[in-house]
Order: sequence, then C-alpha cells, then structure tokens
Amino acid sequence: MTKLGAMANRYWPTFALFAFLLASWQAAVTFGNIREYLLPAPLSVWNALWHGDTAWWPHLWTTTFEIIGAFLMAAVVGVALGVAIAWSPILANALVPFLVFVNTLPKVAIAPLFLIWMGYGIFPNMLMGALIGFFPVVINTAVGLSQVEPDMLDLGRVFNAPKWKIFVKIRIPNALPYILSALKITATAAVVGAIVGEFVASQRGLGYVIVTTQSSMNTSVAFAALVWISVVGLLLYGAVVLLAHLWAPWAEGVD
Amino acid sequence: MAKGLIDLEQVGMTYQAASGPVEALAGISASIGAGEFVSLVGPSGCGKSTLLRIVAGLRPATSGTITVAGRAVTQPIPDIGMVFQAPILLKWRSILENVLLPAELAGKDPRSLRSRAEQLLEMAGLGGFGAKLPRELSGGMQQRAALCRALLLDPPLLLMDEPFGALDAMTRDDMALELLRIWGEKDVARDARKTVLFVTHSIPEAVFLSDRVIVMSARPGRIAADLRIDLPRPRTVELRATEAFGKLNLEIFRALTGKTVVGTAL
Repeated sequence: MTKLGAMANRYWPTFALFAFLLASWQAAVTFGNIREYLLPAPLSVWNALWHGDTAWWPHLWTTTFEIIGAFLMAAVVGVALGVAIAWSPILANALVPFLVFVNTLPKVAIAPLFLIWMGYGIFPNMLMGALIGFFPVVINTAVGLSQVEPDMLDLGRVFNAPKWKIFVKIRIPNALPYILSALKITATAAVVGAIVGEFVASQRGLGYVIVTTQSSMNTSVAFAALVWISVVGLLLYGAVVLLAHLWAPWAEGVD
Repeated sequence: MAKGLIDLEQVGMTYQAASGPVEALAGISASIGAGEFVSLVGPSGCGKSTLLRIVAGLRPATSGTITVAGRAVTQPIPDIGMVFQAPILLKWRSILENVLLPAELAGKDPRSLRSRAEQLLEMAGLGGFGAKLPRELSGGMQQRAALCRALLLDPPLLLMDEPFGALDAMTRDDMALELLRIWGEKDVARDARKTVLFVTHSIPEAVFLSDRVIVMSARPGRIAADLRIDLPRPRTVELRATEAFGKLNLEIFRALTGKTVVGTAL
C-alpha cells in the first residue's frame, strides 16, 4: 500500500496533465466545430482503435517484429563494433572514420535505395531501424570499455592478468551501464527506422496504415496507428529500463 | 652494506613531453630493508608516485637499476600489494568479491582464499560488510577494503600511493593507527613484518607511521634527505604531542624546503 501510495503520489501530476490534455482536445473538437478529417476527437480515435474497419493485428505484429529485429541487430552489431574498436587500435583507426561517415549520412535518404536493392519486405525496414540506431551503441560500448581507471589496469598488470581476463572481469561490466544507456536511444531509433521504411515501401505495418489514410482522409485511423506505435515504443523502452535495472543496479541514477 | 629487499641504484627517469624531454627523477639510490616502513615525502610533481611505480615494474626507469628481493625489475613484479589514492573498487562487485579480485587476476582459485578474505575484512573492522556494494560504504571503509585487497595474497611488499590523501583529517589519523595495527606493529616480529613503501604529502603522517622518511626534492626528483624515525613503537595518539615528534616534523620540513625556518623558536 505504501509503495502504491508513493507511486500515486509521484505520478498523479503525469496522469492529471494527460487527462487534462485529452479532455481539452475532446472539448475543442466537440465545441470548436473542428472537422473530423483535420483533427479527430479522442473518442473517434478510440473507436478507430477498437471498433473500426482496420484489422490492426497483422499491422501491429509486422511493425513490432520490425522494431524488435532492428533493435536486436543494432544492439549486436553495435556492441561487436564497439568491442572491436576498444580491443585493437588498428581496428579503431580503420573503423571509426568509416562509422562516423556512415552516421553523418541521412539514413532516411537511403530508404528508397533499400527498396531498389531488397524490394518490399520486413527485412529492409528492420535494416533501416538498425542503421539509425546502431551508432550510439558503438560509441558507448567503446567508451565504456575504455573508461577504466589506469590504477585498476595497473592492478591487472601487477598480477600479470591476460588481456581477455581484464576485458571479461573489468572492462565489460564497466561498459554495461554505458551500453544500456545507448540502448534506450536505440529503442526509439528502431521505431523511427521501421516506420520510415514502411512509409517508403510496404504492404503491411502501422507506417503503411498511416500512408494509406492520406488518400482516404481517414485521420482517426492515422491517429489510432500513432497510438499503437507509441505503445510498442514505450514497451520496448520500458524493457530496456527494466534490463538496466536488473543487469546494472549499481549504476542506478547515472543517467 | 647489506643488500636490502629493495635496492635502487642511480635510478633516473626522463619522459617526453610536448615541450621536450622532462627529467622526472635523477640519481635515486637507496636501500630498503625487509620489514621496514619507509615513507616518501615530497612536493607535488617530485616523482614520488612515479618512483613507486618504477619499483613495482609498472613504469620503466630510463637509467639505473632496481632490484627487489635480489631480482632486477624489468616488468611488473608479483608479490606486491598496491593501494592507491582512490580505492578503485569495482562498483558492481561486493566488498568480499573485490577483496578476492587479485586471486582471480592472478589465476588462483578465489574459493580457496575466501576465508582469508573474510579474516582480513574482520581484522579491518569490515566484518559485517562483505556482502555490501562499495557505494554503501564510506570513503574510509572503502580504502580499508582496498587495503584488504592488497593483503589478500600475503605479499611481502606493500606499495601505497597517498592512500589516505582523499580522506578527511580525522579519518586519516584513524586510518594511520589502523594501518600500523594491521601491519603488526604490536604482535608481529620486526623482521616478519611486511616492507612498506608509503608515498604521502603529509609530514606528520610520514613521521607517525615510518621507521624512515625519505625526503625528495622536485624537478628532477632527487633524494634530499633520508631520516631515521627513532620513535618508540607501538605508536600512539599521544606521540603526536611530544617534542621529539615535533622536532622530526621540523627537520623534514627543513629538508623539504631546503632552508631553515625563520621565526620558529624550537
């Protein structure tokens, strides 16, 4: 009860603001005579979510699959590249300028090329999300692996510890909070990438739904798709926060 | 002269800075016997920490020879315990796991040293804290845990680089007494004690702890004086108020500044 009470105490302003905004929005549309195709009322969006003609499940599933795929690809590739950079100066010199170059490219602009190279499908959209989200993981992994006190490394040298042991016992745990912190950014980027990919080329997915409402002027469906996207995004973000809480409790409150 | 545990023979160290070569240490010769507690005192930048690392084999000297226990030091030597200014405990490990780290790094089975680690923590007054994370302990307690870590593999030589420098004055004095107790000032025979090389900024701390204080001058670091501290052991808090203690402090101060103190009537 006390824990619940504390949570209520902490989060009631959040809910109050949210409820106030929804109510004002509904009131503005109802009494302000705003046309439905310009700005649908929250209640219409609610209806589109549950009682409309759109079969949400396949779209929701497709986009979620793309987002999770993009997230995992970005995480695995990002950590691997970060480890490579921290492990070997030669690899660092080879990779870093190239990765910086890739990162400065506007990834959204490459999306049409993905269509030419890979056609329609789930994979190119995943790849777009991964491409947008992997860079912070690389940087934070490399930084976290190298930010170890020199004295601690001296301690390793005194005991003649092999390089891999220093990596496993000291550098990698040290990098964990940095990596998890980057993965929060990646979680958001994966959503953006998947939706952008669907905008450019798709036959299914929440991004596809939004594009089709452009021609039908069915704005409430577009809003409903937005709701689903934010639900998926929030769940993924929450999962990363939970993971950080479980894997790196010592770093709590660092970011 | 009999060979000591540590023998330094004309040790010099020059490093390349952006503005050219900088001579950090020059002509350091000293012999430190087994079981001796020796402090290195000097101004910032006199190279005393560098000298400590040279003895440990962590930095190469550019001239001279260093011998520890009869062997020339050319690479990091085992059988030493190191304590630094910061406790540098691993944040994600419990205190006990931190104390056991040297065993893991040295490729020994940490389970076999678990009871020794627990004994050390007990001795350092951290008996109930083995399962805590470092951030749950105060700075002084963390530094005591770092001392336990340094003692885990029972090294004959303890190298301490301003270990109490980051602590407040009162904790610092407590830690000095604590260190002497753990070192075995009361209950361990003189030649069975660990040899300690202790770097500090604080003259009273050096006098209080040591059998001998080596005073260094700055740029390049040279030995300015090498004083024996013939104060009775075990050292007590009252010792700090004695005339002999004050005289030794002044003597070291003079050696440090290289001049007599004006206006001090002692």
